[in-house]
Order: sequence, then structure tokens, then C-alpha cells
Amino acid sequence: MKKELTLSTSPFLHDSASTKWIMFQVIYALLPVIAAATFFFGLSALLLIAVSVMACLITERMFTKTRQQEASSLKDGSAVITGILLALTLPPGFPLWMAFIGGVAAIGMGKMIWGGLGQNIFNPALLGRAFLQSAFPTAITTWSVPDGRYFGLRGTNLALPFFQGESLDAVTTATPLALMKFQQEGTEWLSLLVGNTSGSLGETSAALLMLAGVYLGIRRVFDWRIPLSIILTVFLLSGVFYLINPERFPSPDFMLLSGGLLLGAVFMATDPVTSPYTSKGIWYFGFGIGFLVVLIRLFGGLPEGVMYAVLLMNSVTPLLNKFTRRRVYGHLKNG
Amino acid sequence: MLLTFSNGVHPQEFKGWTHEKAIERLPFFEDYVIPLSQHIGAPAKSLVRKGQKVSRGELIAEPTAYLSVAYHSPVDGFVTAIELAEHPGGKMVPSIKIKADRFSAQRMSKKTINWKSLSSKEFSQQLQQSGMVGLGGAAFPSHVKFAVPDDKKCDYLIINGCECEPFLTADHRVMAEYPEEVMKGIEILHHFLKPKKTYIGIEANKADAINKLTQAAKQYPALSVEIVTLEVKYPQGAEKMLISAILKKEVPSGTIPLDGGYLVSNVGTVAAVAEYFESAKPLIERIVTISGSNIKRPANLLVPIGTSLKQVLEACGGFKSSASGESTRILLGGPMMGMAQKSLDVPIVKGTSGILALSPAEVRNFDTYKCIRCGRCLDACPMFLNPSTLGLLAKKGMYEEMLEENLLDCMECASCSYVCPSGIPLVQSFRVAKAINRERKVA
Repeated sequence: MKKELTLSTSPFLHDSASTKWIMFQVIYALLPVIAAATFFFGLSALLLIAVSVMACLITERMFTKTRQQEASSLKDGSAVITGILLALTLPPGFPLWMAFIGGVAAIGMGKMIWGGLGQNIFNPALLGRAFLQSAFPTAITTWSVPDGRYFGLRGTNLALPFFQGESLDAVTTATPLALMKFQQEGTEWLSLLVGNTSGSLGETSAALLMLAGVYLGIRRVFDWRIPLSIILTVFLLSGVFYLINPERFPSPDFMLLSGGLLLGAVFMATDPVTSPYTSKGIWYFGFGIGFLVVLIRLFGGLPEGVMYAVLLMNSVTPLLNKFTRRRVYGHLKNG
Repeated sequence: MLLTFSNGVHPQEFKGWTHEKAIERLPFFEDYVIPLSQHIGAPAKSLVRKGQKVSRGELIAEPTAYLSVAYHSPVDGFVTAIELAEHPGGKMVPSIKIKADRFSAQRMSKKTINWKSLSSKEFSQQLQQSGMVGLGGAAFPSHVKFAVPDDKKCDYLIINGCECEPFLTADHRVMAEYPEEVMKGIEILHHFLKPKKTYIGIEANKADAINKLTQAAKQYPALSVEIVTLEVKYPQGAEKMLISAILKKEVPSGTIPLDGGYLVSNVGTVAAVAEYFESAKPLIERIVTISGSNIKRPANLLVPIGTSLKQVLEACGGFKSSASGESTRILLGGPMMGMAQKSLDVPIVKGTSGILALSPAEVRNFDTYKCIRCGRCLDACPMFLNPSTLGLLAKKGMYEEMLEENLLDCMECASCSYVCPSGIPLVQSFRVAKAINRERKVA
């Protein structure tokens, strides 16, 4: 019997990296960060991450269901990443129900209403956090101490909606950035690297975040130029201010290691969907984020500015792509 | 630092199976099919009748226009039919079918052609009569390519020995085994084209070829030939990329290389030109790489044009496992730009540089995802296009808008589809878009 040969058009070879592979590489790179969060903030960290990821998956499935799309969009892993990243930006004592709402907002408003994966303008996880920041401004700025207890829940994790939660753990403190901004009080360099400071779940351990960045860069999962340009800009610009007035401005290494800068530079700004894809655009994007972070941290009302810096630069990404197009081979001008 | 162009991709090479295997002659078989249209331009007109006896190298079809070449019988034998037959391109094409004479020794008398006494016009006519076409894959008639109009000049002759397609090693073997032929071919072209400088561009993975040609070039000090080692990168062998790599010049959109004074020719073609003027043997056979993980004995073979795919594959021991299935392909040409075949009955034609039998080891079936705008295709495209945007436009059927995104500058090298992590059929949709735009323009 003569069997038919399979036909298709060239190319017949394909690079080994697939979108699913890329997403899972990011998840693997997040695992040590999750482990560190659990080490410093105990069960609270795991609960927040679980609730946030669940919220993201459920929301994505609800949207694809109503549009009669396949459930397969869950398998690409992007909703899981959004859930993990959102949780990593939350304080350890954050109420779980609020985290759930954050996940719904992240996927619903941040991704699905735009048309799903690849269509959104803003980073979904950061959009979810921005939503929470405006909806629950107190809860999202209440930080508990990293005290190494595992089973003791932090803060108001179990608070019920619309009831003033009974605080399980009243020991709160300020983040290194807030200490710096409002009390001109520095934090040990080593603590920032290791991560036993207060802050959001995933932002405290600078060393692990840098390692994750190096891993993702070497495996060519993301564009290394984005974190590099952000870090360089923050370092150089804050270095200039520090040289001008070391009394008033924090040192550049503090600026790099504290707050959400590394988490943002490595995991948020590098979201391919919401960052430019032209070479020049990528550099401008990184410079822009670095510039805005320094501006907000040093001269704004808030101690931290990474979230707004990334979201603002997300909004100009389509413009950056448009105005930094490469001249086509054999053409004299752009376009 | 090795010279190269910007962007491009690095597919796995897969050349190890055949790059050290000397060229072997494929034995003669019984049946041959010569399609009378093997390149763009006008088909040739048959000069033979059914039943007619033909000898090896005899003219059996003559050119009917300027962009048309002659065809010759690959064997001593008889014409059995002149009818439509399957062509590797997928169409049915008028073809001459020849049955080989089993008792013939298949020898050809040799005579040299005194090329030095030819005028440029006579040189071009000779090439047309020899049936010469570019052997790199596109099979563009050589007599047109090497005829420089009066208002143009060939300042730089670039011999293309890149062979950047994975698997293929035919050109590599020609350079390693016949460096003198290559140099003689260059001498002939030099005589008629009078370039200021001649370059041979070779990718760095062919060290033996580079050495052999460097030695051979020493015999021809008057030709000013420079052998340029290039980075191993796809599509280094594309004309425009080769000019970029060696001369750091671009070919302006809408012009041909000769407008800028560049002429690029495949190295195998140059050797074939030399062979023709030395022996008067027209283009009746060519070197083909047979490779891929599903081939029992990969080889570089000298194959008579018109031999069926099936016979060549059988000579290489056939397939390791069944050739039908989702993740297997039989291709003519390289894996980046070649064509899958649905039947093994098609003949080897002048443009066939390789036969590949791929199995799941090479053909990965990819799930497709939505475009995540990662920009890998922008970093791959050697023409600096935006395949991501072009792909989104194609998906929406906005084919005319794609022209504004410079669709026509796309040379279909497939680098974008190769890198796309979402498995989006980019180059495939660009080909469709080009075809639809052509039809709309006609209509």
C-alpha cells in the first residue's frame, strides 16, 4: 500500500525555544525567589502566591469560556507567571481576599479585555498591583517583619472582606526605602543582598533576583538589554545625585538593591508583550524606566516608583516601536 | 572576527553525515524524465519524437526565448514519451521521457571549446546551448546572468561557496575535490566579465575547501582572486547578504546586484561552466547531497538530471524507517528553503541541490501560540523587516497593507519562522500574501 508523504512548506527546522518553553523558564527562575519568600515570610508567602495564581487561572478560563475559546491558553503558563509575579509584589500580611481580587484585575483588566496573550499594553501583574494600590492603599503599605517563623501567619492574611480584620501579628515595620525616605535611615548592604528586610514577598533578596536575571539572560529567555539598561540608568543617575549631595540622596548601590527595582527589572520590564522589540526601542525603554524610578524615589511623594515607572514606559512601548523602526535593507530612509 | 551580515540565524548544521564523503557517481538506471521547464522563463521546445534514438549529451529540446535554455539527453537510449509529468515544484510539466539503452557504455566523446576566441555574445549563446543554469537552487539561466548589458559593468565577481543551508554539502565537495575546475571557471568568467576583483566567499566550517582553493588560486596570480572566510550563519549564501558581508554594501531595493556592479555566482555553477568548455559536456548531471536522519547511507552523488527521486534514494540504501507520517518529510533542496515532495516519482532537476529525508529527530511539530512580540523575528530578519507586524497583518488578510511594510523586500529565507517561539507560520503567510497581491494586480 502506498502511503502519502506529508507536505508542508519550508522551513522544516525550528529553533528549540517555544513560547511555552520561555514561560516555563521564567517560572523555574521564579522558584528560588518563591523559596526565599517562604523562608523569610513563612506560610503567608505560599498562601498569597497560591491564591493569586488561582485567581489568575480562574479569570483566564472564565474569559476564554465566554468567548468560546479553547482552554489551551492556560497551558502556555503565562497566567501562572502573572499570578506569581503579582503575589511577589504584595506585602506578606496582605489579606488573601484582596490578593484574589488583584489576580482577577490583573488577568481580566490587564490581559483578557485587550484580547489575551500578546495584545495587552500594560504588564498584567503590575496593572493588578496598581489596582490593589488604589483600592486598598493601607493594606498594601503595611509591612511585617521577616522573622523566620514558618507557620505563624503574618498580618491580616485571613481578614474577611469588609470587616476590619483581627490583626494576627501586629509587628509591622517600614521597608528600607521608606526608612530612607522618611527617616534618612540606611539598611545594611548585606541584608539587602540576602533579603532579611521588610518588603514585598519577592523583592527582598537582591542576590537571588540577580542570579535569576543572569540565568534568564544566558538562556536567552529574555532580552538582557532591558534589565541592563534599567540598572545602568538607575546606578549612574542616582550616583550623580549622591555625588552632589550624599546627605540627602541615597547611595547608588542602595538604590539598586532596595525595593522592587531588581524584581521589576528582571521579571516585570522584560515581559516581551509590553516591552519594545526594536533594538533602539529596548534601550530607550530601559533608560526611561531607570530615569522614572530615580525621579519618583528621590523627588516624588512615594518611597517606591518601580511599578509606575514600568507601567508608564509600557504605555509608550507602541510609540517606541513605531519611531525606532530599523531602516529596511536596501532602503535609504526608515519606513 | 569573521566577516558576515547583520541578523540571521544559527540553525544546527547537520553537515557531518556527508561533508567528508567524496562525490560518487550514481549508476545509470532505466528511466529518465526531463521536464522542459526547470527554471523561470520560457519552457524549451522538444526536438525529438517518440521512439527516437538519442545519445548521451544530445540536444533534445531547444530554447524558445532569451530566458530559456536547452536540454540534453542524460543517457544513450530511446524517447518513450513526450507528455505531462510531475515536476518537483508541484505542477505537471511537459517532459521528455527516455529509456536508457542497457547495452550502452554511456560514454561521451570529449572535445574542448576554445573559449578565448569567443565574443561575449558567442559565450552567452554557448552557455544557453549547454543548458547551463545556476546550480545553487534557483536555477536562473546562466547565459542571462553572465551577459552584462552595455550600460552595466561587473566590477566585483563574487563566487558563492557559502552553502549556508543545513545538511547540504554538494558545493563543499566541489570546492574540496575540484578546486582547479573552480579556478578555471573563474578564469573563463574573468575573461568575459573583466571584474576589478574576484572574491570567493566560503563559510568557516569548510576549512579543507578554503585550503584547497587557496592553493589552487596561487596558479592564477593574474586573476586577483581573494578567498574570504565568512561566519557560519544563515542565510549567508543569499546574494544580498554575501555582498553585505564581503563589500559592506547594500543592494538598493528594487535593483539587481549588477546595477551596483556586483555579480554573484554559485561555486558549483562556475565549476560546471569550466567543465563544459573543457569537455563540451552539457549540463546533464549535477552533484546532489542525499542526507537526513532517515537516510541509511547519506552521500554526495553525481546524479544524471532526470533520475527519479526513488532511484536515488534506493541507491543510498533507502529509508531507515517509514517515510510517511506527521513528522517525516522528503525534501528537495535545503531544510530552510527547500520543497517537500508528495511523491518519490519526481525527477532530479537542474536546480536540485539536495534530497533530504527528515524524521522526527529534525522535524518538530510545534504548537502555535499567539504572538508575544518577543522580537526574535526582528533580530533574525536579514532584510531588517518586521515579520511580527507582517504576520499580524497577514492573519487579518490585510495583504495590501503588507506592501507598505515592505513585503516585497522579503526574500523568503524563512529565518523568521525558524526563530518564532510561538510557531507562527510567518514566511509561509508572506508567500501567500505575495501571490495574492500579484493576482490582485493582474485582475
